[in-house]
Amino acid sequence: MNDERADGRGSTRAGISVLMVAIRREPWIFTLSTLGSVLFGALTVADAWVLGWSTDNVVLPAFKTGEVGTGSLVTILALFLGVAILRAVGIVARRLGAGIMQYRMQARTRRAVTRQYLSLPMEWHQRHPTGELLSNANSDVEAAWGPIAPLPMAVGTIAMMVIAVVQMFFADLVLALVGLLVFPAVIAVNVIYQNLAQGWMTRAQQLRAEVSEIAHESFDGAMVVKTLGREAEETARFAAKAEELRDVNIRVGRIRAAFDPALAALPGIGVLFVLAFGVSRVLSGATDAGDVVTVAYLLTIVSFPIRSIGWLLGEFPRSVVGYRRVRAVLDASGEMLYGESPARAGRSGARLGVDGLGYRYVPDQPVLDDLTFTVEPGRTVALVGATASGKSTLTTLLTRLVDPDAGQVSIDGIDVRDLAPGQLAAMVSLVPQTAFLFDDTVRGNITLGADVSDADVWEALRIAQGDGFVAALPDGLDARLGERGTSLSGGQRQRISLARALVRRPRLLILDDATSAVDPEVEARILAGLRSGLAAGDGASGSTLVVVAYRKATIGLADEVLHLEGGRIADRGTHAELLVRNPSYAHLVNAYEQDGEQDGEHAGHSGQTGQTEQGVTA
Amino acid sequence: MTTTQQPKADGSTVMETGEDIGAMDTIRRGITHSPELKEGIRGTLLLAVLASVGQVIVPIAVQQTLDRGLNGSGGPDVSYTVWMGVAAAVGILITSYASFAMTTRLFTTSERGLATLRIKAFRHVHDLPLLTQNTERRGALVSRVTSDVDQVSQFLVFGGLLFVVSIGQVLVATIVMLFYSWQLALVVWLCFAPLFLSLRFFQRKLSDAYTTVRRQVGILLSAISEPVVGAAVVRSYAVEARTQSRIDEAISAHQVASTRAQGFTAFSFSLGGVSAGLANAGVLIVGIWLGFAGDISAGEVLAFAFLVTLFVGPVQMGTQILTDAQNAIAGWRRVIGILDTPADLVDPGVDGEVLPRGPIDVRFEDVQFAYPHGPPVLRDVTLDIDAGRRIAIVGETGSGKSTFAKLLTRLMDPSQGAVLLDGVDVRRISERSLRTSVVLVPQEGFLFDDTITANVRYGKLDATADEILASAEELGLADWVAGLPHGLETRVGQRGESLSAGERQLVALLRAHLADPDLLVLDEATSAVDPALEMRIGRALERLMSGRTSVTIAHRLSTAEGADEVVVVDQGRVVQRGHHSVLTAQEGSVYAGLHASWVAQQGS
Repeated sequence: MNDERADGRGSTRAGISVLMVAIRREPWIFTLSTLGSVLFGALTVADAWVLGWSTDNVVLPAFKTGEVGTGSLVTILALFLGVAILRAVGIVARRLGAGIMQYRMQARTRRAVTRQYLSLPMEWHQRHPTGELLSNANSDVEAAWGPIAPLPMAVGTIAMMVIAVVQMFFADLVLALVGLLVFPAVIAVNVIYQNLAQGWMTRAQQLRAEVSEIAHESFDGAMVVKTLGREAEETARFAAKAEELRDVNIRVGRIRAAFDPALAALPGIGVLFVLAFGVSRVLSGATDAGDVVTVAYLLTIVSFPIRSIGWLLGEFPRSVVGYRRVRAVLDASGEMLYGESPARAGRSGARLGVDGLGYRYVPDQPVLDDLTFTVEPGRTVALVGATASGKSTLTTLLTRLVDPDAGQVSIDGIDVRDLAPGQLAAMVSLVPQTAFLFDDTVRGNITLGADVSDADVWEALRIAQGDGFVAALPDGLDARLGERGTSLSGGQRQRISLARALVRRPRLLILDDATSAVDPEVEARILAGLRSGLAAGDGASGSTLVVVAYRKATIGLADEVLHLEGGRIADRGTHAELLVRNPSYAHLVNAYEQDGEQDGEHAGHSGQTGQTEQGVTA
Repeated sequence: MTTTQQPKADGSTVMETGEDIGAMDTIRRGITHSPELKEGIRGTLLLAVLASVGQVIVPIAVQQTLDRGLNGSGGPDVSYTVWMGVAAAVGILITSYASFAMTTRLFTTSERGLATLRIKAFRHVHDLPLLTQNTERRGALVSRVTSDVDQVSQFLVFGGLLFVVSIGQVLVATIVMLFYSWQLALVVWLCFAPLFLSLRFFQRKLSDAYTTVRRQVGILLSAISEPVVGAAVVRSYAVEARTQSRIDEAISAHQVASTRAQGFTAFSFSLGGVSAGLANAGVLIVGIWLGFAGDISAGEVLAFAFLVTLFVGPVQMGTQILTDAQNAIAGWRRVIGILDTPADLVDPGVDGEVLPRGPIDVRFEDVQFAYPHGPPVLRDVTLDIDAGRRIAIVGETGSGKSTFAKLLTRLMDPSQGAVLLDGVDVRRISERSLRTSVVLVPQEGFLFDDTITANVRYGKLDATADEILASAEELGLADWVAGLPHGLETRVGQRGESLSAGERQLVALLRAHLADPDLLVLDEATSAVDPALEMRIGRALERLMSGRTSVTIAHRLSTAEGADEVVVVDQGRVVQRGHHSVLTAQEGSVYAGLHASWVAQQGS
């Protein structure tokens, strides 16, 4: 954003081009509001004309003759009111028009920006804090389209200015040229202003984003702040940015405070110059006094357009900065590309193929290294490995939350990158480690808008062992869960999240330690439900299942176990086989029984050689 | 946590919207919250008067120079022109400077005042009870300390004082008009009466309209922040279209609300012009009539018509400012609303008791807890935990066991009864002492978007890298740290999402360990790490817990096996307590049931 270091003139040009975007988008509303502005200007002049006409034709004759016709009085009333009402129409057209244009542009940009948020990859989201994105969509968008409000007035008064300038030339060429020195002066003041303001405005918008960032993060982590008693430190962190924003805003304010009166003073100074030249020209007989007065008056008329153009120019630096920040989001690359392949039809289990899969967050430190395996339709595979062995990363690759650095993931032989948008999600459901719930009803959280009957929702909840507590909620499926489902316990959230996956009857179901917060009894029932579902051969049955698991009951579901160590498959086979032949595996899964028999160090962790398992769950 | 937490529609646990605070009240209280706004106000007002007088006088001086000096009857009067010209130049200079100085001062005081308000509101959010915090969505809360505050700034700089000046100008114009002709002055006021009377109506409409706008901004930010935070779910379930349509709804609602407010603004502003037209006509018509009665001359009537413009200008300005004020007030209210929300877990502050360091003994005395409008979650709980004991609390999900953790750490206060630490009611312990002595490690440890070191330092602000490493070593996490891409300097990402759930728990444990509490409360704090590591950490914690009291909310009975004592909770009551071996022997008991399924799970 800082690479475009525009000088004052550049930023005026940039400001105009931002406005041109809006004008091209909304030409009709722009025309309407500008016409309103012209109407307003014309009728302001007409007002003076009406006063003059009334004086000459009604007031003075009336005082002279001592009588007045009712018709004349009605005419006065009608003329004044007519002009006033038309002028009011002009005002409404200008202001409402500008408002409509401004808010339409805001809404349009917000829709584009948020679309981008939803389509940019997870990796981009990791680099852009939520608070900053909120600021982009709110404050930056507002800033970008800020100049639309004073735009019609400024454009409307340009006509006024042109007429005045032409008249000046008719009155006296030399004095007109002197008077017109006001314009280079306006440009000079503007250039200085844009130069001074641009940098600080950029900083101000950036700080607004940072303030929003800290606020969002801090409120998000409110419980940690509270339990560790770090309110004062958090406030200090926020205050530091808020105070920096304050100081920058004061600087911007000073610059703005100087710009407006400087611009307002220029026509007056111009008049004085015209006078000084005028006097000498009158004395030398080159001009008569009347022309000097005319030029001077015309110059004072010009002061109004200059001021309204000044209001427009004053908004430019902030607008340009806001627009650039918004553009940076809109132009962000790395959007995930999709192919056009449809998913294979049918409900039976999918064949999952993983071939030479590699992924790294940091160069030379692969998290997953050359993973190859196949899961046949309807089979269940357990991924077992120590914390930070790469399991969660693998699940994000299987569901294409991220794309691999090497190798491929395929479903029924189709590379997941070749699938059309939405096709993968139609076949594969991931239940992440940490359940994320929306501020919605239980039903909304499970269906996510899919057309699913309540009976199916209850069935999914039943398998996930969530039917009991949901039924006990005051509004059942219609109970609202609050943001992130704060009204539920961790185990309850996990069960809703599980039901969300089950109700889709995915052909491939991936569970990433999805029952970690559930009690053993409940977990046992969930597993029983899954097992019977798999065996029963009804709708959800033939599903292929990949589970990340630690506990033997879960692993026991699997036809095959993949033991991950350091991002590689260290061993594979049935649970029983691995228990016998692989001590590190046995140690890992038998840990609960072995408790007390071991000291701290063991083989299970010797396998981790520099990997961090990076989950992208929310 | 428990089944039906319903933190809604209850006076004590809901975030105040501030929407019912009146306009004048808002301004008055806004100024009380930001005393900076009053600083140097007299000087600023003086400058404002100077600037606005100058704006009237300078054109007159210029006009005089032209009419009398240059265009005078006897040809140009050079010396008059020069002197008036100099006077006008000085006038311009003074006016411009006054205007610059006034605006600068206004910017300074309002930005300072608003920064104070922003920071106060931020702090207050953290002082609110957890339940109250959860009643407002994060995005909306953010809007209250960001964009709502920004709205006020514009008004304070370009409105507030100028309104006072405008009223002054209207009064001066009225006095001058009265001096010319009281009858015509009355006519002018009568013509403006409908405007002044309708102002109240429009103000109410505008107030409603802008209140809606501000509320919609909050809704908009919430609608955006939620799917951004849950981007992985949105992506993996391919619900982008549905999510976008929800965001689009919020965007459109905001657009409609803003346009509506703008419509009212435009309409109410245009009324002033109509009144002005009416007044001009009225002055001429009544002037003629007065002239017939011989009360006034034609020249006086025309002069009066000029005076009307002096009256109309500030009236227009004033209505404009009143309009902008409604927008500002709507934002201001929402910020003040935060401060109005009672922080009902009140820190006794300096009067609070300070817990002595060393293991803490805990007592629950007839404790009952219910969420607002909810059934009791805990009932008749009386429980003593001796200092230095390791206690495990077990029970089914929804049994109320997490509520213990929240009451112990004073995230919530009991509805009845008391929780005592070292014999002192937690409500009487100073916040600082409580947070130093008691630390909770929650199930889903929130991490800040920073390095592991920085996150761990939330537990101990001055912890050195060596201390942190030593602490990791003690917990048996040294090889995990060594395996991280950048060791302790590895960044954890937003909410810690660059780490796995298990790793986030490890950081949270490390943080708690460094905090060195006397009472450690663990709420299923190792649920997401692998069994081997969990057991290893468990053993390390056992060692580290000697000399402290610990309460562990557990659903893996492996933890309960190692505890000095197990407390079994069922349906909000303590039903069993004793050592694991004793409890398993009680056939048909709740604990025996839990244990049986645990064993079954491990057995396969």
